[in-house]
Amino acid sequence: MNARARNLAGLVLVAIIGLAVLFLTPRLADLDTVLELTVYMVMAILALSLALVWGYGGILCFGQSAFFGLGAYTYAIAMFNMGESTLPFLLAIALPAAFAALLGYFIFYGRISDVYLGVITLTVTLILFNSVNSTAGPEFHIGVAKLGGFNGIPGIPSLNFPGDKNATIDLEGMFYLSTAILLATYFGLRLLLASRFGRIIVGIRENERRAELLGYDPRAYKLATFTIGAALAGLAGCLFANWGSFVSPTIFGLAQSAQIIIWVIVGGRGTLIGPIIGCIGIQWLSAFLGANQSTGSGSPWAALLSNAPLVLGAILIAFVLLVPKGLVPTLGDWGQALLRPRVRERIADAAPMPVGEE
Amino acid sequence: MDFVALLAIQILYAIASLALISIGLAIIFGMMRVINLAHGEFLMLGGYAAIVATSHGISIWIAMLVVAPVVVGIIGIIVERTIIRFLYGRIIDTMLATWGLSLFLVGLTTAVFGNTTVGISAPLGSFEIGAYRASAYTLFVIAVAIVVLAGVFSVLRWTRLGLIARGTMQNANMAAALGVKPPRVYAVTFGIGAALSGLAGGVLAPVSGVFPTIGVAYVAKSFITVIGGGAAIVSGTASASALFGTVNQIATFATTPVFGEVALLAAAIVLIRLLPQGISGRFFRRGI
Repeated sequence: MNARARNLAGLVLVAIIGLAVLFLTPRLADLDTVLELTVYMVMAILALSLALVWGYGGILCFGQSAFFGLGAYTYAIAMFNMGESTLPFLLAIALPAAFAALLGYFIFYGRISDVYLGVITLTVTLILFNSVNSTAGPEFHIGVAKLGGFNGIPGIPSLNFPGDKNATIDLEGMFYLSTAILLATYFGLRLLLASRFGRIIVGIRENERRAELLGYDPRAYKLATFTIGAALAGLAGCLFANWGSFVSPTIFGLAQSAQIIIWVIVGGRGTLIGPIIGCIGIQWLSAFLGANQSTGSGSPWAALLSNAPLVLGAILIAFVLLVPKGLVPTLGDWGQALLRPRVRERIADAAPMPVGEE
Repeated sequence: MDFVALLAIQILYAIASLALISIGLAIIFGMMRVINLAHGEFLMLGGYAAIVATSHGISIWIAMLVVAPVVVGIIGIIVERTIIRFLYGRIIDTMLATWGLSLFLVGLTTAVFGNTTVGISAPLGSFEIGAYRASAYTLFVIAVAIVVLAGVFSVLRWTRLGLIARGTMQNANMAAALGVKPPRVYAVTFGIGAALSGLAGGVLAPVSGVFPTIGVAYVAKSFITVIGGGAAIVSGTASASALFGTVNQIATFATTPVFGEVALLAAAIVLIRLLPQGISGRFFRRGI
């Protein structure tokens, strides 16, 4: 099977599975499961945003949760002030994108990369967390929406069909919407990455100087990638605020940022389906471990396994040390080795990204 | 006048605590280009080591100044041997693995000590400046920071160990050709960096109390101090702490502690934008 046929087969497979999940789940599963799956779909959109920025753009952003949180807060605040969801929905995408464009201008046109980029994105996330966390008093409000500080904003109205504010989307509708948006995001990104733009950002990831010498401006391309990623994260944030009709500052937190990075590294950098699988798998695992805790079987091992940070930390260490390329690329390598047992392909260098030292 | 003296002490204290929590990370970053995101948890473990030792009847001074660094130093060497040494030269992967370690340690301490704040009361009482009272322990923290920075500087500048460490830092291959074993130097350096983090955690435990997730509060601040300081270990840490500590404390006095933190973080972003190599990369190129 040549590469093009394999690519096409992969796309068709994803489309079939995606449509099957979209149409069959609400028919076969109870409402609890549908609700649980909705949040997995929302988080998978968030995972895709980092998969683009980090996996393809080579920009390790520690602050993807900042854009996610910004999207959620924007939606909540706009919704309380407007009452009709079309504009808040668009704002929740546009505002994080604008913020990312501003921040990205500052970062990429200052030629800040690697560790320093990590520090700045991390710092911005912490600034947002600290600021929003300290707005508990009644004096902090935007329009009629109280910011609520560490208490968060409860009772956010849900999305409605565009133009009719009484036709709100119910829980099952949210599942359809989230899953459809996830599928649209996946195929949209595949299209983007197959375009000229996608080729160039991968080229810049592989060798920034070479791309620059060929006449492409890496600053502009990185800025565009970063902004698209932030827009997607904001979209996920908007859906998340809808799902729980609640936002609190913890969605800006370091734990949330860590999760997104874990999804991508477990699933595999440089793929789109990998982070989706990583995201859903890790969330399912967290929920499973958490559920074990509440039943409390009493044995110390069960208590240890129900400790989510402990397990997630161990998973992250194990993947970095043992499966640094992530699940999907590693399985792909094995599959190729099985298909062609005679041909021993040397897999070039496990290090996924050049360190960029002068 | 009294108020100015008090403000000066508070600023010195902010600088000293920043320098204390950052020096261990600075050593590890300066030597090995390893960003240790589990640094905050090393501080947290230092705090727990001091508190557990004190509750077993050991003098608080020995608990803070001896037990905490020794325990965390040993943990550091174990971490270096089991995780870090496989990842040298892969800066992003080390960051991710140490982040995993950080989550793991938070989970582990939550399982062992529970998700509550434990504390020991600060010794030394307080003293008066005119109409104000200040804790004498503040002065002790400042003194410890000065001693630690001076100690690290002396060791790097005047001892054989320091010479070997600086040589390995400049050119590991050349050092290896001259008979030094870089892996051993790295293990020892990582241990020393961890031990100093443990010391800082122990010394600050009476001020802040200790709980499993306290590392998050430390790691970001020390991370930006080290990056803001640049590659030179002592002069970088000292200058970045001086800048950020002053900004933080003045903003705290002018507004609230929360916006003091925000001012610190904003100052860090501006600094990194202006001086991407950090303060020492610009001003103390040949410094330590």
